[in-house]
Amino acid sequence: MAVVFEKTRGLAEKPFHYCPGCTHGIIHRLVAESLDELNLIDDAIGVAPVGCAVFAYDYFNCDMQEAAHGRAPATATGIKRVHPKSAVFTYQGDGDLASIGAAEIVHAAMRGEKITTIFVNNAIYGMTGGQMAPTTLVGQKATTAPYGRDENHAGMPLRISEMLATIPKAVFVERVSVHDVKHIIQAKKAIKKAFQTQMEGKGFSLVEVVSTCPTNWGKTPIEALKWLQENMIPYYPLGNFRNTEEVK
Amino acid sequence: MAKELWKGNEAVAEAAIKAGCRFFFGYPITPQNEIPEYMAMKMPQIDGCFLQAESEVAAINMVYGAAGAGARVMTSSSSPGISLKQEGITYIAGAELPCVIVNMVRGGPGLGSIQPAQSDYFQACKGGGHGDYRLIVLAPASVQEAVDLVQEAFDIADQYRNPVMILGDGMMGQMMEPVEFKEVKKRSLPEKTWATVGTKGKRKPNVVNSLYIDAADCHNHNVDLFKKYAEIEKNEVRVDTYNVENAEIVFVAYGTTARIVKNAINSLAKEGIKAGLIRPVTLWPYPYKAIEEAAEKASVKAFMSVEMSMGQMVEDVKLGANGKKPVYFYGKAGGAFPTPKGIAEEAKKILGGAK
Ligand SMILES: Cc1ncc(C[n+]2csc(CCOP(=O)(O)OP(=O)(O)O)c2C)c(N)n1
Ligand code: SF4
Ligand SMILES: [Mg+2]
Repeated sequence: MAVVFEKTRGLAEKPFHYCPGCTHGIIHRLVAESLDELNLIDDAIGVAPVGCAVFAYDYFNCDMQEAAHGRAPATATGIKRVHPKSAVFTYQGDGDLASIGAAEIVHAAMRGEKITTIFVNNAIYGMTGGQMAPTTLVGQKATTAPYGRDENHAGMPLRISEMLATIPKAVFVERVSVHDVKHIIQAKKAIKKAFQTQMEGKGFSLVEVVSTCPTNWGKTPIEALKWLQENMIPYYPLGNFRNTEEVK
Repeated sequence: MAKELWKGNEAVAEAAIKAGCRFFFGYPITPQNEIPEYMAMKMPQIDGCFLQAESEVAAINMVYGAAGAGARVMTSSSSPGISLKQEGITYIAGAELPCVIVNMVRGGPGLGSIQPAQSDYFQACKGGGHGDYRLIVLAPASVQEAVDLVQEAFDIADQYRNPVMILGDGMMGQMMEPVEFKEVKKRSLPEKTWATVGTKGKRKPNVVNSLYIDAADCHNHNVDLFKKYAEIEKNEVRVDTYNVENAEIVFVAYGTTARIVKNAINSLAKEGIKAGLIRPVTLWPYPYKAIEEAAEKASVKAFMSVEMSMGQMVEDVKLGANGKKPVYFYGKAGGAFPTPKGIAEEAKKILGGAK
């Protein structure tokens, strides 16, 4: 019988712990499939964040390091400098990357570290129970913004992809979403492209995935996907922000 | 090899390279800048990597990554920078990664001063970062000893999979002394089978991690760490003594302060006062036994901890003396240092009172 679909070698046997409807699981699969299809998984070294994806080190079928909160790009820098031929990646949430780890991501991009960052933007601190993130939308409620984010008090949400795209050595930056099949396919293309960019030694690459957190958004998985399309994507437009080949 | 004149900081950097260190991540801060500067000059010539990080926080997390990836790696800083590195240090200790961290201590608290101090004893020896962990802390008293200890530090770190700190001070970093780069005895070291180097499709993934989400697992991890620490306490205590036999007063001092104390001892001898010195070379594990043995000597009337601080190591001297003899403190902080005359006078006061 022909095999139509099977679990990628890029994922380990451990079942995910993510909430029902959480998009972290889809994103894991896309990263794992990309590493496997590009024949990178056996040499790959990943860095897990502090956030809901903390156990990513149990899910990817490659060597992994668990970094301190926000420091994954620095940890990945240390790894990549030791193993320049390996595919080195970080997998980070928006609290991890855009708040506590803002300096580390900006400087990894500035140096043009040949690493790939998968940035999961769900506009909230998922793991700690729904606090406000730098990416929380204006008016969006969070446990530490119970009246909704007030831009005069907490400022405006950070658009990380646009910001990093201004950095000369951030050579591949794309924002994608995984809310339907069409977008999942596009997301995978971007993730593959990011890893290829790394392996070609061109510089820093990042894929921002607009993501859901049904649990802390207080929504069903279906409602969450709808809310993402109606609220997240207008503020976080999808598309490519940097692509070395197009620049040439 | 003949002796050469080396500045402390540069000698420390060269010693690390001689020990096979090929990765260095740092951030500028006085009085240790010559270490990253030397590394920046040398590493590209030997296929190594020097990287100036965006902060000490980033630098230590780069060390974490490189150590986890199996490399010999070092970072250096001075007090305020070490405060920032504490996050990474506890993760490195928790994940049991080997690395060497140099602290050329300056005056504190806060921005303090840029002059030599010993006020980081607590943050080096008593935690610093969160959780139950131990740093192995080596305290050289001369540039030669710094060179020897730095080279050995990498082996010690690898043997126990534990971070090692070289605790110097601004004086050590800045002074020039004759140095001989001797062939240090290599330890037989286990292979780094735990390092993240890629599975090559041949084994289960390696994970470098300090998270044990289940309380019982985390407890057991701590118990395992403390078994290792007990081993280190058994094997690695190092102490130097001077004139302790028949001494009436025993000074306890480490690093450059111990050299000032020796001058005080010699001037006291001229006045017929017998004084001795216990100089811990390892600050953790601490040589409690040497202090206790001295406390049990009939001739010893008192101890005096002499430090470039307001009194930090004195707490360990008290633990060692265990109430058997009184323990006094004399010190200067913030970049000022005790003089031989000041130390001798204080000792005479104590002995006068103790008689
Ligand atoms: C130094 C430090 N500060 C705070 C925390 C607590 N903490 C754990 S996860 C997290 C936020 C994670 O949010 P995000 O990065 O958006 O990931 P998500 O869970 O949403 O995927 C915080 C603040 C921590 N572990 N360490
Ligand atoms: S809390 Fe949110 S981000 Fe975390 S697993 Fe659940 S749905 Fe996903
Ligand atoms: Mg989040």
